[in-house]
Formats: sequence, C-alpha cells, structure tokens
Amino acid sequence: MAETHSLQDMRQQAAIAAKVFIQRDYTSGTVCHFQTKFPSELENRIDKQQFEETVRTLNNLYAEAEKLGGSSYLEGCLACLTAYTIFLCMETHYEKVLKKIAKFIQEQNDKIYAPRGLLLTDPIERGLRVVEVTIFEDRSLGR
Amino acid sequence: MHLGLDEPMRECQYNQICTRNSSPMETSGHKKKRTPRRKWQIFPGRNRFYCNGRVMMARQTGVFYLTLVLIMVTSGLFFAFEWNNPPFQMVTELRFRQADGIYSTQSTVNLCCPFLASNLTPAIPVIGGVLFVFVLGMLFRASFSDPGVLPRATPDEAADLERQIDAANGPSGPGYRPPPRIREVVINGQTVKLKYCFTCKIFRPPRASHCSLCDNCVERFDHHCPWVGNCVGKRNYRFFYLFILSLSFLTVFIFAFVITHVILRSNRTGFLSALKDSPARYPFTGAECVLWSILGLSGFHTYLISSNQTTNEDIKGSWSTKRAKDNYNPYSYGNILTNCCAALCGPLPPSLIDRRGFIQPDTPQPVLHSNGSSMYTSTQLHTHMCDQEHCIQSTKLVLQAAATPLLHSDPVMMGGGGPPLPGKSSLGDPCASLAPSQPSLPSSMPGLGCAGDMLILRDPDTHCHHHHFVSPEETPSPGPMPLTLPCAAHMTHGGHINPAQLYGPASQDSLHEDSVRGLVKLSSV
Repeated sequence: MAETHSLQDMRQQAAIAAKVFIQRDYTSGTVCHFQTKFPSELENRIDKQQFEETVRTLNNLYAEAEKLGGSSYLEGCLACLTAYTIFLCMETHYEKVLKKIAKFIQEQNDKIYAPRGLLLTDPIERGLRVVEVTIFEDRSLGR
Repeated sequence: MHLGLDEPMRECQYNQICTRNSSPMETSGHKKKRTPRRKWQIFPGRNRFYCNGRVMMARQTGVFYLTLVLIMVTSGLFFAFEWNNPPFQMVTELRFRQADGIYSTQSTVNLCCPFLASNLTPAIPVIGGVLFVFVLGMLFRASFSDPGVLPRATPDEAADLERQIDAANGPSGPGYRPPPRIREVVINGQTVKLKYCFTCKIFRPPRASHCSLCDNCVERFDHHCPWVGNCVGKRNYRFFYLFILSLSFLTVFIFAFVITHVILRSNRTGFLSALKDSPARYPFTGAECVLWSILGLSGFHTYLISSNQTTNEDIKGSWSTKRAKDNYNPYSYGNILTNCCAALCGPLPPSLIDRRGFIQPDTPQPVLHSNGSSMYTSTQLHTHMCDQEHCIQSTKLVLQAAATPLLHSDPVMMGGGGPPLPGKSSLGDPCASLAPSQPSLPSSMPGLGCAGDMLILRDPDTHCHHHHFVSPEETPSPGPMPLTLPCAAHMTHGGHINPAQLYGPASQDSLHEDSVRGLVKLSSV
C-alpha cells in the first residue's frame, strides 16, 4: 500500500503536490510560537485534532527552550563567569531542547504524517519562521 | 547583427568570461562531488566568514582592528610603564625626606592601603590582567558570532507569502496602488506592525530589523557597531554589553593608576610638568580619550537593558509616551531585575543560519547574489527572478562585459530588444528564450509587483531605498539604471518565462546568462 512508504522512499519517488506553511504567531511576543489554525489544504489528509496537538506540543517545547527561570539564569551566570568557555564543553539548554524537538518531529513523521503522505520539516531548518508541511501526491487514488 | 557569424569564436568568448570571473558553476559540477560546500560559502548576506565558517563578521572590519589596537596598546603601555614604576611600589619620598632629609628606598609603601601593601600589590596587576583578558574575550565573542541573522525565505515560502498577500489585497485595477506590505499584530495590548522585507522575502518578526550594511534581517536588532565589526542583535547583545562594561572598568582602572602616578610625581615638579615628563602620559591620553565615551555608552546600554529596549527602538521612540499617551513597551517584564536577567542571563538561542552545515543537493536554497549563479532544484524557479541583488549583480556583469571590446556587439544586439531571435541563436538558448518573452513582461505585471516597489522606493526606512543608494557606488553606471532595475526585476515576478529553457543547456554559461538577463530587463523598462 502507498501509505506504508518510508520517508526516504517518499522523498525520492513521490512528487510534491503542495507545500503548506504554518506561520509564526507573535501575539505573545517574540517567543517561538506557531499558529495552531488548521490549514484547509490538509483537511482531507489528517485529523484536525491530531495536527493541532502536534503544533501545540511543538509550541510547548519551544517555550521550554526559551523559559526564563532559575536554571536558565544559573546557566547564564556560570557561562558569564567562565567567559562563555563552558559552552565548548557542554551544550546550552536551548540546544538540548532543539534535539528533543528534532526527535519529536521525526517520531511524528514516522507514525502519523508519512503514512498519510505528509512530511513535517523541522522549523530550525527554515530559520524558525515556519513549519513546512509537504503534501505528496496520493498515488493510491491514482492521481 | 553578428548572428550566425563566428559561432565557435563566440562560444570561446563566453568561456573566457566564465573563467575570468571564475564562475563556480563550471567547476561546481565536478567539485561538488569531491568537496561538498558549506552553507557559509553561498550565504547571501554581505558578511565575511573566517576559519571555515566559524567566524562571522561584517564586510567592513577596519574599525574593529582599530579597536583591538587601541585596547592592546593602552593596556600594554599601562602594564609596561606602570608596573615598572607603579605608584603602589613607589616610595613615599616625601615622608622619608621630611623625617631624616635623606631619600630612603628601603621601604615600599602602598599609598592607598599602607597596611595591606604586601597583600594587595600582586593583586592589582592580576586584576588588570583578568579585566584585560575578559575585555578581549567579550570583544571577540561579540565580533565573531552570529548576531541573530534570519535566513532568507526559500522560494516556496516566498511564493506562498506572495499568494497570501495577493489574496488579502484583492484584485487590482489600473492605477491602483496596493498598500505597503504590513501585518499588524497585537502584543500584550500594543499594536505592532510587522514589515515585509523585500530582500529576505519574509515578514520581519517583532523587534527584527534589516541591516543595510550587512544586508541581513537580524532578530532583536540593536545597531550595527563598526567598532565591533558586526551587527549587535539577539545573540550577541550580552557580549557587547559585557564588553563595554568591562572596558569601562578597565579604562577607569588604568586611568586611576595613571592619575595616581602623575600626582605622586607632581609632588616634586608640579602636575603639568609631571604629566609631560612621565611616560604615563601615553596610557593617560589613551585612557582619557575613550573613558567618557565608553562610560556614557555603558550607562546608556544599562538603561536600555533595564527597560528592555533596543537602541533602534529608543532612537525611533517606538515606546515613548510622546507618540501616544497609552504607549508602553510590550516586551518589558515589568521590573528592572527581570529585564536585566532576561537580557544577560537568559537562554542563548542557537544560530539559525547553520553556517558550517553542508549544502544538501535536494534542499531549496534562497536566491544567491554573490556569484550570480542559481542552483535551484525547487519546483518554483521563477521566484528567484525578482531578487534585486541578482539584478544588481547582473548589471555589474553587463558593465564588465560591455567594457571588453570583444563583447561590445552583444549589448547592442540585445538592447535592440523587440524582434524575437531565431530559434538557433548563436547566443545560446537562454537569450533566445528571454527575447520572445519580453513583450509579455509588462502585461504580466502583478498589482503588487512594480507599483508596490515604487511605493517602497519612497519609504526611507526600507533597505530597498538603500539599494538605490548602494548600487550607484557599486556600479559605474549612470544614475537611472539602478533605479529601474528593481522595478524591472519585480516585473518579471510571476512572469511567463519558462524555467526549463533558462536552465537547460546553459548551466555552465550562467554569468553570460545573467548579464544578458540584466540587459533584457534594462531594455524592457
């Protein structure tokens, strides 16, 4: 069945029908937050709830990365005291969360989106501007 | 005029252009397989990269070297002169002279803290040394890191945004001027306008601004600092602040000890003559010149940090109550401490431009400008046509080509414009395909294309305007040409040029292609 194509196969063989871009939502300031509005192009491909859940989780992860709190202040102060040389040895909290996000997107793609002929692109590859959803041609419908 | 004549020779001429201008397109097909290129090598902004992409600076770095020299010379003189004859090792000659009429050099006394002399003495140069190292460290960090550059939109994204804007503005009638591309968003109760950046093809996030010197959109743009040789933005603001703060401390430190030294000497000879004679006058002069300006700058930035504003916002008075009574800063956290902590100790976001990443052959790249070549694999190739930088580069190439007598006939021929060239043109397929499409260009002008840009031309705030000032400097062309180019560039946006014809057989002839395209645009205006 076409739905069980792996991601690699899809990228190489399937033709791109369209791309949908989920833009940033700046109503809460400059924090990284994507719009949860469900795009009309995905209506017949994926469940609205599922998609919104994905975007909401993404938003929460980015909020965690940018959170101002005791741990981030401690990290900042320690870094300042060591003249920022400490980052040669360890990753920043933000980078750790970005890895988590990459893993999450990979997981979502494998479980939910690839079987439906969709592909989420990690926003960091687009400069945190958009979440790019690639819609592949649905061969099972003979298009 | 020279159609069909000397075809092999003409091909040789094209090859000459390509090799002279060392186009990467010719060799890239071979080289890419052997040495994969890194993203910094095709970065579209006006930046310089060193150490294989690890270091990123602005194009003009002369003043940065001056900063470095000033700091090192002043500190070096201080350590050299003051340490050899420091006030804290100086004899209290007065005391001993008065006591027994004889100069005594037996005891060394620290005039500041006589009872802690032996403990403090080694501490002072250590403190000076630590400060000096910290200043340099922060300077390098501020200068060499990515300030928070926003990568330019991919062609697909740009096309999607254009479609959204067109849909939002509705159909345009003749003579209709669409409004400038602005989105309004309400942040914490304040209405903030997000402007569309024509170079980067994105709606700038709040607090982002396009630096005309570096030609990049920078997040939380503060200012472009020539002393640091880089923009100051979200990612390097704290380093910049710590640099000027530590530099103030270092300058005060040097100044204090130099003044002490001179005062001690002046007990014998008088202040001014002591100043003239003492070698301390060198660090003194250096320190004093910068002291007040650095202290003032530190104070200013301390105020900005505590109110969570950028220099850009402060200068424009964006959140000033003079603009509107209920104007306030929506980004401020409410109290000074939180604002300071957020600016200085908050999480450090990573670079968005991935300078050292390798170029993947299947990923769409934003429009290039430095070498005029395009390496698209994306489906929507025509969107690159409306890149102003591309057009300006084309003009440069045109002028370079025109400067050579061998190619003098080419511009003349293409400038003639109107009649479509025969299918098998000696100039190659791209030229032939461009010429017939010329008549369609004016009619394909979308409502937002040229007219939108004409509006932007009058807006002094945008970088688009800046391009019109930059390009006359860059090209030896007369005035009108650069002004028409962006307009022409946008006229081709959404035009009916068949991408396949443009990029088929002439991939190795990209430079000539670009120059011809530039000429075609010129003639079509």
